[in-house]
Amino acid sequence: MRIIRNRKIVEDGWIHVADDAEVPADGDVIVSWKRWRESREALLARSGSGSARLGVRLPNTLDPHEVQADLPHFALIAVEFPKYRDGRGLSIARMVRREGFRGELRAVGNVLRDQLFYMERCGFDAFEVDKSKSIENALEAFSELSVTYQDAIQPRSVPRQHRWRRS
Amino acid sequence: MYRYDEYDRTLVRERAAQLRGQIARRVSGELTEDEFKPLRLQNGLYLQLHAYMLRIAIPYGMLASTQLRKLAHIARTYDRGYGHFTTRQNIQFNWPELEDVPNILDELADVEMHAIQTSGNCIRNITTDHLAGVARDELEDPRPFCEITRQWSTFHPEFAFLPRKFKIAFTAGREVDRAAMLYHDIGVRIVENAAGERGFSIYAGGGMGRTPVIAKEIREFVPREHLLSYMEAILRVYNRLGRRDNIFKARIKILVNETGIERFREMVEAEWQETRESTLRLAEGEIQEMAKFFAPPSYESLSPSDALLAELRRSPNADFARWARNNVVLHKQPGYSVAMLSLKASDTPPGDLSDSQMDAVADLADRYSFGELRVTHTQNLVLADVKTTELEKLWHELRALDLATANVGRLTDQICCPGLDFCNLANARSIPIAEEIRHRFDDLDYLDDLGDVSLKISGCINACGHHHVGNIGILGIDKRGIEHYQLLVGGSSGYDASIGKILGHAFPREEIVGAVEKVLKLYVRLRESEDEPFLDTFRRVGEKPFRDTLYSNELYADHPQS
Repeated sequence: MRIIRNRKIVEDGWIHVADDAEVPADGDVIVSWKRWRESREALLARSGSGSARLGVRLPNTLDPHEVQADLPHFALIAVEFPKYRDGRGLSIARMVRREGFRGELRAVGNVLRDQLFYMERCGFDAFEVDKSKSIENALEAFSELSVTYQDAIQPRSVPRQHRWRRS
Repeated sequence: MYRYDEYDRTLVRERAAQLRGQIARRVSGELTEDEFKPLRLQNGLYLQLHAYMLRIAIPYGMLASTQLRKLAHIARTYDRGYGHFTTRQNIQFNWPELEDVPNILDELADVEMHAIQTSGNCIRNITTDHLAGVARDELEDPRPFCEITRQWSTFHPEFAFLPRKFKIAFTAGREVDRAAMLYHDIGVRIVENAAGERGFSIYAGGGMGRTPVIAKEIREFVPREHLLSYMEAILRVYNRLGRRDNIFKARIKILVNETGIERFREMVEAEWQETRESTLRLAEGEIQEMAKFFAPPSYESLSPSDALLAELRRSPNADFARWARNNVVLHKQPGYSVAMLSLKASDTPPGDLSDSQMDAVADLADRYSFGELRVTHTQNLVLADVKTTELEKLWHELRALDLATANVGRLTDQICCPGLDFCNLANARSIPIAEEIRHRFDDLDYLDDLGDVSLKISGCINACGHHHVGNIGILGIDKRGIEHYQLLVGGSSGYDASIGKILGHAFPREEIVGAVEKVLKLYVRLRESEDEPFLDTFRRVGEKPFRDTLYSNELYADHPQS
């Protein structure tokens, strides 16, 4: 599957593992938050080898504080957007980044071009663009606005400065 | 007022180009209507009954004469020769063509204007006191904080897709709230604490709509530097926990009510511990830099003019004297006065202004008031800095424009939504009711005798006409396919906020104005003196006499089912 990572279209190596499917022995996998809670030890033992990284997929109803202690275990966090116009995932991203998460933060679900600009500024660096849309066109979202008014999480080409903080 | 530099100009230009692209993608089918809708809404573009409607932001109601001239040009070129000022101190055009909208935005960008976040589930136009900077009872000019908040909230990446729209208002009056602050998702009041430090009392969870709620105090004192960090904490809690399953329960007022203010406060305060030391912390120097944009204009040094104004209010020219009494407000600068232009004058809907009137008012602003004007949330205009000695000359010019109706604060100074004549949400017409009221109550002596009574009309329960908070409110409903109107009494949008009460069944179209008349007659009979305002009388005597007068026996006989 092709995704956007750091503003580039790349072939994605991560595997989304459904809750009722077996976790493969090798490869980078993304499991649900529920599965992580249920199979924590097994998943940790698996990813301990180093060649099989672990990612977790968070529902947007989750209180990010619940994830805080587990953050060091994840190389990737995916946040679900059940509807493109549901902005809960944006707050989750900011809070996860605030807690110091440095791995890949990926928007999954109904991810559309016109939300990417906001998502990136909240800390997302990877996007599974909705399959019904052109991923090439979606890349344009990052260059439509070259200036912003408020500081945000993700470093961008524009100065990281609040508009009202002029020198 | 705030002036753009290259940075701000780039933002509005790029935004206009972005919407142009989005419209093109909608036309080509790349975007579905469902996907396009929030994008156009965040740019103030609604689909109404007959056409698109474009709402243009007027940040906290401040307008330069050059901007008003541009609005006149837009009204003439792209619309039907008029614009409609709204209760968020914005202006909307009711008849633009979709393909013209990007061109309109380009034209607006030329004069530092835009339509950003005038609709949609995001932070809307910040509103404030239309007397900001000139009111005598003002603690501090709130506009620098309004502008800082505008910038913070413009394309805020985290709060672009909230559960529902979000409105913020600032007020700084020591005595009077002229911004309906307590009916906002966040209301901010500039205050001074016991130690003499300036800060903000923050209220949350107010709103009108189908469930009117008075905002509750969430923190009595937030220090100046923490304005944004505190608001961000509120927004973050709301964005995560506000209901998204039911559009009618999605405003923050429902979250606050369902959670309880204590628990809600705990969550906000916990989040604030995380945000308060962030880069959102305002330095005093930043506030002062912003305040420079709102420095007083270059007033001439004049002697105090209170005595002169008092004299003008007794002028032998009775029409002018009345205007000076009702439409002129005392100014804090010696020698100056505030002139209110009533947009509730001729047979046009409340808040409407024609293109030629716009041009003329822009000229008046240049000649009398330092080239600036304001829009009030009651849908009037203000020339805030007029020399008291020039009031009479100004009045003559306003009269020629049909903008000197001396009814500000009076019954006929109505707030009114567009209603079923324009809006696809409405259940009933509201503009014709406003018109009938204006005709029924055209005796200015009688209006003056009634004193200040606010009348507010909405064509449906979404309450765009603020009917809940009118001393008298009228709500249009659809009763078995026929327009009916409910009458509410006792609302207030001030610091003493109260929600109007429905006293009985709704009235059919032909009876509603008569019902208003009955209420007013009863008030005149019951008031203790001519100085007791309508609201005070109602609060003193209670609703029973009003119910009795409205629903006396013969009415019950006419409506046995009710």
